Amino acid sequence: MSATATPLIAMAPARRASAGLWSNALYRLRRDRLTLAAATTLTVLVVLSILAPLLAEHVFDRSFEQQDLLKTYHPPTLDPPAYLLGGDELGRSQVVRLLYGGQVSLFVGFVAAFMNLTIGIGLGLISGYFRGPVDDVITWFITTLNSIPIIFLLIIITTLFAPGALTLTIIIGLLFWTGITNFVRGQTFALREREFILAARTIGAASWRIMFRHVLPNILPLIFVLLAIDIGTIILAESALSYLGLGIVPPTPSWGNMLSNASTYFSRAWWLVVSPGATIFLTVLCLYLIGDGLRDALDPRLKGAS
Amino acid sequence: MGRYILRRLLVAIPTLIVISFIIYAVLALSPIDPLSAFGADPRVPPEVRENIRRSLGLDQPWPIRYVKWFTALIQGDLGYSFMSHSPVIGLIVQRLPNTLAVVGVAYVIGVLIALPVGMISAVKRYSLVDQVATTFAFIGFSTPTFFTGLLLIIIFSVNLHWLPFIYNSNLKIEDLGSFLQQVKQSIMPITVLGLFDAAVLTRYVRSEMLEHLPLDYVRTARSKGLRERAVILSHVLRNSLIPVVTLIALGVPAVFAGAIVTEQIFRVPGIGEMLVRAIFDGDIPVVAAVVFLFSVLVVSFNLVADVLYAVLDPRIKYT
Repeated sequence: MSATATPLIAMAPARRASAGLWSNALYRLRRDRLTLAAATTLTVLVVLSILAPLLAEHVFDRSFEQQDLLKTYHPPTLDPPAYLLGGDELGRSQVVRLLYGGQVSLFVGFVAAFMNLTIGIGLGLISGYFRGPVDDVITWFITTLNSIPIIFLLIIITTLFAPGALTLTIIIGLLFWTGITNFVRGQTFALREREFILAARTIGAASWRIMFRHVLPNILPLIFVLLAIDIGTIILAESALSYLGLGIVPPTPSWGNMLSNASTYFSRAWWLVVSPGATIFLTVLCLYLIGDGLRDALDPRLKGAS
Repeated sequence: MGRYILRRLLVAIPTLIVISFIIYAVLALSPIDPLSAFGADPRVPPEVRENIRRSLGLDQPWPIRYVKWFTALIQGDLGYSFMSHSPVIGLIVQRLPNTLAVVGVAYVIGVLIALPVGMISAVKRYSLVDQVATTFAFIGFSTPTFFTGLLLIIIFSVNLHWLPFIYNSNLKIEDLGSFLQQVKQSIMPITVLGLFDAAVLTRYVRSEMLEHLPLDYVRTARSKGLRERAVILSHVLRNSLIPVVTLIALGVPAVFAGAIVTEQIFRVPGIGEMLVRAIFDGDIPVVAAVVFLFSVLVVSFNLVADVLYAVLDPRIKYT
């Protein structure tokens, strides 16, 4: 894909000859220290969560459910390392629970966001490309779904079906796609009128081929921006649900239910509130910063506007 | 214009009917048992339980219950709570002032912060003010409100003992003293929500202004010798406010939804708190009514936003 064929690329003076979209973006990203810092932080959080079982066994020497009733509300200490972030009301290691909670919260965020993306792109392409009655039906469906406050729908469904992490992921994945669809639909509307689509149709390319090989690559860059923001939003939603006692249910730790649990004991152990809260904040902040930085890198015209 | 509004209202009716059906179906098909409060009590014999079930109308199949509920609904009857046996509408009216006092005030404050900050941020782009505002905005919408709320409680209630952390809804404002008390108990919930709203809106205002600043009409205004102040306030701001106003209208229902969490943190006995409790109690009439009313709110504010857009921007033709 050449840089001039896409409407998303600014007419920026080319720094190097025949620089592609991604190499251009990468070039700009390398100079964006804030975005790089955010990406690094997020990677560290993800890697630490993935390594949770290893770290629990070899570094902290604790499982996430192991109790020690002599060490309840243990303040943060370096010795033993298991109480690095303190102990909770049952003397469980906060840091180990936080790592395992990360597995759950990040899993829900990433997997549900990919589900949103799949549905959103599919329906958006179909809606924008075929227009007419198909578009009317999809648009009407989105309007209706958007009119039911999604947080209520989520609260009701999760209460009714008392979900585990996987069910919650699927529910969120099936509910949060409308924004992506609207975006993809709008972009497809504009793109399908352009010459290269006409050219593709003239040589007899099938509709699905035009949608996925010609239209999609042109919107893909900005979709990555939406993806980063979507993951952040989902992690916030999951933690809010778990905070209300309606998301991930103990004993499985998630950042939201750890915070919810700690809110009962905040006058005795404030550190139990701070660590999950700060982790959620950090993760979501990183994701939003990455989204912002990616957009600036991919489309410098929009720099600073968000 | 009148025709446009009428058409939109007519389109909204089938949407609301579908929504009401979805809400009721989800609730009816759920394993929720309105009798769960008695379920654990072995002293309640099965025939009594059956009688209660019948008295609540639960012996009928749910499509019939839905039709009955909906017919009553369009006549303005929201039904009776399974728990308190009082009319749902009364419960809502009783709770609404608490929600409005916190959520409404917070939203207004959020808007009042966002407009000037977003504007200055855009005009003085990359200045110190802009950088501080951007940093705060990013922190603002990345922090879960329940975390900010708990932090404030820990600092100002637990450690400093300055503010109460439980909202007293029985407080009546009669004199200066009780007014101050009301202010004291509302400060934290309003701050938490207001800052969150302000963070989100600031970014919108800023990006709208930024989009307008490089346009031709701005250059024209400058080149005909207008002072910068006039250019910004009566040209750029006016035009960029059009989408912002509609966004503010669209944000109203979302703010109510976000209030569920805030009401939970500060124990504000508002609509959101009532909803969460009703869900746990299996009080279907209350849940259905509250969620449906919220949907009505969303649909109406969508309409308000569209109409506002058309009124504010003469270039938009309503069809």
